[in-house]
Amino acid sequence: MTSPDNLPEVPGAEVPEVAKTPEAPVARRGMFGAADTGDTSGYGGLVVRRAPQISTPRPYGGYFDELVDALDLDDAIERVVVDRGELTLHVKRERLVEVCQKLRDDPALRFELSLGVSGVHYPHLTGEELHSVIHLCSITHNRRVRVETSCPDGDPHIPSTVGVFPGHDWHEREAYDFFGIVYDGHPGLTRIMMPDDWDGHPQRKDYPLGGIPVEYRGATIPSPDHRRSYS
Amino acid sequence: MSTAYDEATEGKVYSVTGADWDEVVTGVRDSSDERLVVNMGPQHPSTHGVLRLVLTLDGETVTEARGVIGYLHTGIEKNMEYRTWTQGTTFVTRMDYLSPIFNETAYCLSVEKLLGVEDRIPDRAQAIRVMMMELNRIASHLVAMGTFGMELGATTPFLFGYRDREMIMDLFEYITGLRMNHAYVRPGGVSVDLPAGAVDKVGEFLKEMPKRIKDIRKLLDENPVYVRRTRDVAYLDLTGCMALGITGPILRASGLPWDLRKSQPYCGYETYEFDVATERGCDVYSRYLVRMKEMEESLKIIEQALDRIAGPLKGDPVMIEDKKIGWPAQLALGPDGFGNSPDHIAHIMGSSMEALIHHFKLVTEGFRVPAGQAYAPIESPKGELGAHVVSDGGTRPYRVHFREPSFCNLQGFPAMAEGGQVADVIAAVASIDPVMGGVDR
Repeated sequence: MTSPDNLPEVPGAEVPEVAKTPEAPVARRGMFGAADTGDTSGYGGLVVRRAPQISTPRPYGGYFDELVDALDLDDAIERVVVDRGELTLHVKRERLVEVCQKLRDDPALRFELSLGVSGVHYPHLTGEELHSVIHLCSITHNRRVRVETSCPDGDPHIPSTVGVFPGHDWHEREAYDFFGIVYDGHPGLTRIMMPDDWDGHPQRKDYPLGGIPVEYRGATIPSPDHRRSYS
Repeated sequence: MSTAYDEATEGKVYSVTGADWDEVVTGVRDSSDERLVVNMGPQHPSTHGVLRLVLTLDGETVTEARGVIGYLHTGIEKNMEYRTWTQGTTFVTRMDYLSPIFNETAYCLSVEKLLGVEDRIPDRAQAIRVMMMELNRIASHLVAMGTFGMELGATTPFLFGYRDREMIMDLFEYITGLRMNHAYVRPGGVSVDLPAGAVDKVGEFLKEMPKRIKDIRKLLDENPVYVRRTRDVAYLDLTGCMALGITGPILRASGLPWDLRKSQPYCGYETYEFDVATERGCDVYSRYLVRMKEMEESLKIIEQALDRIAGPLKGDPVMIEDKKIGWPAQLALGPDGFGNSPDHIAHIMGSSMEALIHHFKLVTEGFRVPAGQAYAPIESPKGELGAHVVSDGGTRPYRVHFREPSFCNLQGFPAMAEGGQVADVIAAVASIDPVMGGVDR
C-alpha cells in the first residue's frame, strides 16, 4: 500500500497525493476492555476500531436487484446494504413515508406485512445517532426487506409511518419511549412501557442500566454495568 | 380533576397511565347519555395478566376500547446489553413465559446468522429444537384454550388444559432440568443432549396426547354455549390482520395459510410433513379451531423428529463443533436438576491448564460476534416471533429487539371489540392469547 510515510524523500520530487481514509473511531483498547485495572495480558496496546459502515455495490444478488429496481427511488436511498442474506435500505428520513407507501402498494413489491419498528442508538455515529428500523415482509412474493432511517440526536424527528402501516402505532410509541425518537404525524405519541412521568429514554446508550451493589458474605458484587467488562 | 386535588399538589400532576385520562373524565362528566367509561384491569382475572383495558360503553355496547400495557415491563432488552451472548438466552426465555423455547430459538437463530454458522449447526440439535418447539406449542395452546374456557365461565377446559400441559412440563423438566425458563437452546445448538429415557417418555406422551386433545374437542367443539359465545364474535378479516400486522392463529383463522414453518422454513422444517391449519370464520371460534388443529399437527412433527433423534441422528453432537463458540463440556443432567460434568472438571482442574484457560475465557468473556445486524423470524404459537439483533463486534449484544407477536396482535384488540358487546371483550382478548411477559418485555 502506498502511503506518504513510506516513500523515500527525494528533494524536488513530486509526492503523489494519496487519499487519506478517515480512521474509524476506536471501539476498544487492550485485551479485556477494563478501565480500572491494568491489562496484564501483554495486549494492552491493542486498538480495535469500529467496523466501517458498509455500502454494497451492485449486483446485490438474489431478488434484491429486482426489488431495488422496482422501487425505483434511488434518490431517496442513501445506501443499500446486503449483509448475511438480508437487504437493508437506508432511506432519507424525509422520503421514508413515500418509500414505505411504494413498498406496500407497488404490485412488483407488495410488502403488505410490517413486522414493526425497532430503534437503535449509535452514539458514535455523529449526525445519525438514532436509527429507526422497519422490517417488512411480502406475503405475495415471499420476500423480506429492512428499511432503516436515521436522525441526529439534536433533531430526533422521523416522519411517522402509521398512515401506511397502522400496526406501527404501538411500535413507534415504543421507539419514542425507549429512544426519544419523535415520530412526526403519529396520532398519539405517548410513552407505552414506562410510566408517563418517567425521565429519560431507557434504551439509549447514555442511560445507565441502574442496579445496586449486592453484598454476599462480606464481599460486594457491583451492579452489572459497573462490573469489569470484556467488550 | 377537582379543584381541591389541584390545590393539594404542587406543579403538574401526572397520572401514571393513560395520558389524557383528565379529558376522558371531563368529557364523561358533562354528558347526559348512558355513556360509561369502565376501567378493566390491570388486576383482573380475565385480562390474561396485567393488561389494562379502558372501555367506553353505551349501554352494553363497547364504543371505544383502548389497551394500556407496560405493567410488566422488566427491561429485558436493556439488560441483555450487559451480558454475554450466551447469557442472553437466560433473559429471552423469560419474555413470553408460556413459549420459552421459541424465544430462545428466535434469539439463537439470529445470533447464529450474525456469526454465519447457520449451516454448521448439527442436525441432531436442530431436530431436538424442532421437537421441543412443537411440544412447547402444544403447551402454549393448551393454556390458551384452558384459560379461554375459564374466562367464558367453563372451568372444566381449564382443568383439562392444565392437566395435559403438566405432561409437557414434566417432559421439559426431565430434558432441560426446569419446567419453565429453560435456557435450553443456546447459540450453536442446545445446552444438553436428551437424557437416557427421554425418547421413551416423549413416545408415551405421543400415545396419550391425541386422546386428551379429543377430550377437549368433545367438550368444546359443539358445545352450544361455547359456540354461541364465540361464533361471529370479535370478527377481524384478512384486511384488518394485514393492516395491523397480525400473524399466527388469528391470521390463519381469516383464511390465509401463512405459516413461516412452510413459507420460510428454519431448523429444517422443510423436511417435516404437516399441514397448515386454516379456517375462514375470522372469529373467535375459528381461532379456537385453528389452535386445536395445530396441536394435532404438532404431534405429527414431534413423531417425525423423535424418529430422527432415536434413529439416524442417534449419538450425534448437539452443539456446534467450534471451540470458539460451543461450550467446552457436555453437561449431564443430575438428579438435582443441575447439569454437571465430572470428566470435564477432572480434565480442566487436574490435567490441562490450557483447557482451564479456554473454559474460563469462553464462560466469563464469551465469544465475539462480527458487527452487523440480523433478523431471524420463526412461527411461535402466537405468530411471527423475531429477534432483531445488532452487534458491534463485541462479546455482548449491542441491541436486541424482539418482535413479539403478542405485542402486535394485542394492538388489534380495539378493532375486534369496538361495536360489540361488553361480554365479548373477554372473548376477544382471550382469542388473541396475549402473554404480558412477552408484550411488555
